Amino acid sequence: MNQIFYSETHEYARIDGNIAYIGISDFAQHALGNVVYVDMPETDDDITAGEDFGAVESVKAASDLIAPVSGTVIETNEELIDNPRLINEDAMANWIIKVEMSNPSELENLMNESAYKEFCKNESH
Amino acid sequence: MNRDLYGKLVFELSHTGRRAIKIDSNNCPEATPISASLMRNKPLNLPELDEPSIVRHYHNISTNNFGVDTGFYPLGSCTMKYNPRINEEIAGHPEFSGLHPYQPENTVQGALEMYYTLQCALSEIGGMSEFTLNPFAGAHGELTGLMIIRAYHDSRNDKKRTKVIVPDSAHGTNPASAAVAGLKVVEVKSRPDGTVDVDDLRPLLDDTVAAVMMTNPNTLGIFERNIPEIARLAHEAGALMYYDGANLNPMLGISRPGDMGFDVMHINLHKTFSTPHGGGGPGAGPVGVRKGLEKFLPDPRVIRNDDGSFSLTGCKDSLGAVSATLGNYTVLLRALSYILSLGQNGLMEAGALATLNANYVKECLRSSYMLPIDTVCKHEFVFDGLKDKTSGVTTLDVAKRLLDYGYHAPTIYFPLLFHESLMIEPTETESLDTLNEFIDVMQRIAEEAITDPDTVKSAPHNTPVGRPDDTAAALNPIVTYAQLIGNE
Repeated sequence: MNQIFYSETHEYARIDGNIAYIGISDFAQHALGNVVYVDMPETDDDITAGEDFGAVESVKAASDLIAPVSGTVIETNEELIDNPRLINEDAMANWIIKVEMSNPSELENLMNESAYKEFCKNESH
Repeated sequence: MNRDLYGKLVFELSHTGRRAIKIDSNNCPEATPISASLMRNKPLNLPELDEPSIVRHYHNISTNNFGVDTGFYPLGSCTMKYNPRINEEIAGHPEFSGLHPYQPENTVQGALEMYYTLQCALSEIGGMSEFTLNPFAGAHGELTGLMIIRAYHDSRNDKKRTKVIVPDSAHGTNPASAAVAGLKVVEVKSRPDGTVDVDDLRPLLDDTVAAVMMTNPNTLGIFERNIPEIARLAHEAGALMYYDGANLNPMLGISRPGDMGFDVMHINLHKTFSTPHGGGGPGAGPVGVRKGLEKFLPDPRVIRNDDGSFSLTGCKDSLGAVSATLGNYTVLLRALSYILSLGQNGLMEAGALATLNANYVKECLRSSYMLPIDTVCKHEFVFDGLKDKTSGVTTLDVAKRLLDYGYHAPTIYFPLLFHESLMIEPTETESLDTLNEFIDVMQRIAEEAITDPDTVKSAPHNTPVGRPDDTAAALNPIVTYAQLIGNE
């Protein structure tokens, strides 16, 4: 099963068993413009749903990254340190952190693909 | 102008052996020999040029600049008003410019009186008890203000207060200053009308909140009507209210932060009080406090003694010094010159005209640009890009195209509440002719976006530099000549 969930703050969680690959959505990368820096937590850090775990800085703005689910960071995407533009090239493939979820029931608070699409339509007027 | 030649870097114009002046070595005394261990082992890399080339090089560079003296500068939330020449005249007086900051007090009584008079004027304008004029800039003022708030809570042994509540429309300096002051930022949301959502704020207020930071009018140019209620809630929770004075201009002489319930505030003299701004000169960020908080102000303070003389003083409860001396002193002089030139009635008129100008421009352009919040604005307003976005022309493109027409671009992509923010602040100092001219150009660009989008998307076409690669510049900044020629 490889389901994708989205938050209202435009982070996604791609689920593989008990693992969540967390990144920002294509809508978010488009709104931000070219990403120049990604501030990530470290492996073994705990993140809490609804709280910030890092930031994405683009030529337009710096935005906090809000955790869609809680858990422990088991890997960070080191490639983004030298090449943050990868997020603009393919936001869905270039996840930011890989997290072992502590409470997978939190996924129920997130949107599925079609609900998120509808949500973005309203966001862009 | 020959930008190709004289616009090169001064190092690129250099020729070995070329000189602007010739020094007659015959009359020079023999230099005392310097120990070999202190001597450089290779000569300094200095450009070698003739005098006309030096003059033309720098003169050409100066013409690449754009300032309020060049043309209209509608940069939102920055209050780019005209800098009156009389301010320069006053600040240039040798009685002020020739002073040494550490001269004995009895020799600088006039200078201290100037400080005291401006401090009193700002206190009256802000509805505060006392101002320090020592902080060097707006952000420095914010930090000083938050340090005062921390000192206040600490003095009550109330050490749990580690959070600052900041609206999502706030200037980026607010959360940055809070972080530098060691406080954690909590964001409060705006309602669809652009003002702070009191219902969203209420649950955030508890005994861990040190302050609520607000800007009024906010960055959307909208007057926050619920400040008294917000102040009541904040004070009930034991927090203090901080007023970011970035947008004070429309309120001059009409309403006062102190009367609204704010406890601490800063003022940007380089915005509201017409002193040079940004690259044009150093700023100043005076901080005012309500009665009871004066003792926490930074050292030194200028006080008036019973005999009418002025002294510098310190206080044991003070947060300490935030600057070596009395701030950017000649900037303070310019601000006082402005206040005294306009007088009370003039200042009141300035704010009203700034509001009128902003509403005039907004109403004239709303047929071509998307107005997300339809209300009477104060000194500035925000469009969310073009009304007709079908050709894909963005706010960035509109801003770049304005440069071709000889205007400084408005603030873009701020506030973050909209995707295509375009924030315009005309200030009171522009004539109706200038505003009409600008409105025409903005409408023409909106038409071009439909009829000739490629020209807008590839703008600017008439500037020495077109579209720099923002991303590469952020990732790989080249800031020295050595980096440019790959010789770091």
